[in-house]
Amino acid sequence: MEENSFNISFTINGSYCEKQIPASLLLINLIRDELKLKGTKPGCMEGECGACTVLVDGKAINSCLFPAINITGREVVTIEGIPDGEKTLDSVQESLIQHGAVQCGFCTPGMVMAIKSFVEQCKTEGHLPTREEIEDSLSGNICRCTGYTKIIDASEALFDKSSGT
Amino acid sequence: MNVEMSTIGKPTPKLDAADRVSGKAVYGPDIEISGMLHGAILRTEYPSARIDSIDVSQALSLPGVECVITASDIDTNNLGYRKDHPVMKGDEVNCIRDEVAAVAAVTKELAMEALKLIKVEYSPRKGIFNPFDALKTTAPQINRFNHDKEGNPNISESFHYEHGDMQKQKEKSTCVVSRQYVLPKVAHSCMATSNVTANYSDVDGRLTMYSSTQVPFLYQREIAHALKMKPSKIRVIQPIIGGGFGSKLDLHPFEPICALLSMKTGRPVQILYDRKEEFIASAIRQSMIIDLTTGTDENGNFTFREVKITKDNGAYTSWGARSSFVMMQTFSSLYKIPACTYNADAVYTNNVFAGSFRGFGNPQATFALERNIDLMADKLGIDRAEIRLLNANLPGEITGQELVYGTCGHKQALESVVKNSDYNTKKNGTTCSNRYRRGIGFASMLHVGGGAKIYPSDGCGTTLKLDTYGYLTIISGSSEIGQGSETILAMFAREELGIDLEKIRIINSDTDVKPWDVGVHASRTAFVAGNSLLGALKKLKHKLSSKASQLLDTVPEDLIYIDGNIQSDKTGDSYKIDKVVREIHFKTPHELCEVSYFYEPSSEFQDKQYKGNVSGCYAFASQAVEVQVDTLTGKVEVLDVYMAQDVGKVLNPLGLEGQIEGGVAMGLGYALSEELFSDEGYLLNPTFHDYKLPTTRDIPRIHFYPVETDEPSGPYGAKGVAEAPLVPTAAAVTNAVCHALGVEINTIPLTPERVLRALDGKQQINN
Repeated sequence: MEENSFNISFTINGSYCEKQIPASLLLINLIRDELKLKGTKPGCMEGECGACTVLVDGKAINSCLFPAINITGREVVTIEGIPDGEKTLDSVQESLIQHGAVQCGFCTPGMVMAIKSFVEQCKTEGHLPTREEIEDSLSGNICRCTGYTKIIDASEALFDKSSGT
Repeated sequence: MNVEMSTIGKPTPKLDAADRVSGKAVYGPDIEISGMLHGAILRTEYPSARIDSIDVSQALSLPGVECVITASDIDTNNLGYRKDHPVMKGDEVNCIRDEVAAVAAVTKELAMEALKLIKVEYSPRKGIFNPFDALKTTAPQINRFNHDKEGNPNISESFHYEHGDMQKQKEKSTCVVSRQYVLPKVAHSCMATSNVTANYSDVDGRLTMYSSTQVPFLYQREIAHALKMKPSKIRVIQPIIGGGFGSKLDLHPFEPICALLSMKTGRPVQILYDRKEEFIASAIRQSMIIDLTTGTDENGNFTFREVKITKDNGAYTSWGARSSFVMMQTFSSLYKIPACTYNADAVYTNNVFAGSFRGFGNPQATFALERNIDLMADKLGIDRAEIRLLNANLPGEITGQELVYGTCGHKQALESVVKNSDYNTKKNGTTCSNRYRRGIGFASMLHVGGGAKIYPSDGCGTTLKLDTYGYLTIISGSSEIGQGSETILAMFAREELGIDLEKIRIINSDTDVKPWDVGVHASRTAFVAGNSLLGALKKLKHKLSSKASQLLDTVPEDLIYIDGNIQSDKTGDSYKIDKVVREIHFKTPHELCEVSYFYEPSSEFQDKQYKGNVSGCYAFASQAVEVQVDTLTGKVEVLDVYMAQDVGKVLNPLGLEGQIEGGVAMGLGYALSEELFSDEGYLLNPTFHDYKLPTTRDIPRIHFYPVETDEPSGPYGAKGVAEAPLVPTAAAVTNAVCHALGVEINTIPLTPERVLRALDGKQQINN
């Protein structure tokens, strides 16, 4: 890369990584084109659809609007970094499958990230969200197939289970 | 059919869901092939212009640009249903999505950069953007490939249909309602934008297309024709498809363009639209104007319908122009109707061209029809549910168009939503407050449920391979586009063979491997591919049972397939199914456990008068929708959607509900918020920011009541389901809003502005 390139270091799905990138590079392009992590989807490239949602320091962001240079020293998690334990699928992913919340699936990785972030946030705050709050938490993610009901059900079920804890 | 089934009817998560939730599924945009170039397309600056010159020299000299093509560099046949669509446009452009040049470069960014260096000189012309202007005798011919010399040169497709004694029925009519309905342009808005990767090998002259097509065999044929190649030289591989909804029924110019770039460079080339290009360059749902006159006798029995439809075809003709054929069925055959005349013209304009979209014209037709029914009911003073129940279709009916309704759940569906919506306590309007008013509206729909005979074959082939480990491979002609057909097929196999779903694999994405299928459309896959699979399973079981009956010293009729075993019902003795395969394979008769089967539905081509039984069976549905309208802001909130649908038989409740909820949501977008605006041929809102799709905040409670009519020709009694839930929604929502406010609105979407204008004037609003 010629002019205006920068060295950045960051953590991606738990692994340390260094890259030389142009200043204008978007995070989604770093993830898909440089790191070859294709699970993060390009839906609109204007921050409207949420298909490209990833976690930066645990917070869900649209990677299509986020300059890659801003991840310096931060922790990025993409769909490939979920789950982080021994299991092959995270409870969020299991719940989406069991509720029939996946059709074409192009929005699904973004949905997983948005739900994951919201679940963690609620857990931290000790908050049991209402259905309306769950709907709000996903209002930045567009799905054209499912009509959302089953995605909202899948998210809600995660809280039903953990409500005792 | 009274036998308890192990799998059919049980909620079954999609087999491919784990791949999709984990981000491992490979969609078209995820494909990377070594040496792959990125293609980009230069589109016209003007919706109508002559091209005076194209200079690509600067683009070609940009380092990293491997190839630039224009119409003068290629030798192709026209595309499209009427072959009126040049792959690239060399001397004139006719709509804003026209392809003038294309580039292949080592990166997407370079390809985009190169487009900016191409110099095109145009002589802009005055375009025609209103179909009624195009119909004027003074209008110039828009598409010069329309060779129909007899009619108006700007009509691409005309349909005329009639049945019954119109004069007599008009004389019987005491109530007649005439209205004009205006339906907007809307976009599929698939979450994955259009994409294709072409890989041409000059070694063997074969072209591999990694394409999101819904119709791989038609695609293979059409792209071969466009490129002047033999279809056998073309292999179509379907990666995971990020939404279809009809948008991938037509071959679009970017696909042969990508192939040409690959052929010229000898390297793989990928074209991936961005979202703006997706809006501008992919075919949309037809906008149209419907003039409808309908009558009833004094008791509310429907007497006649007269229909005149003018569709904005745009500059080129796709399969979508044939949607007049589906709309015709709604007007001729939804509810009992003694006489009908129907005329529909698809008219060329310099607007973006229309294609195929879930429902295929039916949401538009149903909107007009169901609005008129409410208006007739009000005029007659008959209850709006009652007039529908009075005229509902019944089993055994043969309609004026000769559609044969063996099973028909129309009346049951209506009764179900009337009851479940608690209509009788809500029908007089529930007063909330002066500001918020509630209303309830109905609409029904009719759609093909057993395929649709529009091509020489509406069939589907299946090949099965049961291996010596007891794993079943289903090679099906049908395609998975997210609707869950793979899961349905695996469920059928599990039901019949008693083996675990984990042991069943589906191969359905490679034209070199899979047998013929006409494609994913007309809600046909579960019905046609399902029946095909059942035929193949029967043959496979015949093979297995012959051997197993020898091994178990019994007769084939005594055998049951359960838990991976073939078991004698009498003695309880059993053999593992894989052991039976090994006995067949390794010992006499030394045969593979492989079979093939082809299923062709019993439907027929309609005659020149469009009469005939075009589908194996028909699906019916009714919706009741309850809304609350804010009279201060004009905002419509849909509270509840009650949906009853004749699905024949519930196969996978989880997948079925998903189709219903998704279809209703798409219908709500059509009803309330979605519209592509254009001005003089330019699209004004080609972004998700300005084109408003429903989000999680817009989804009402959706109550679904399947009606099981046990269709004898359907697999386990099932009918096609997937388009239906979208079809009546906009009509039912509009009927509900008009009920709530006491206004008349005859167009969609019901934006706050439109609702407020209707309230202001309490007048008829249709624009």
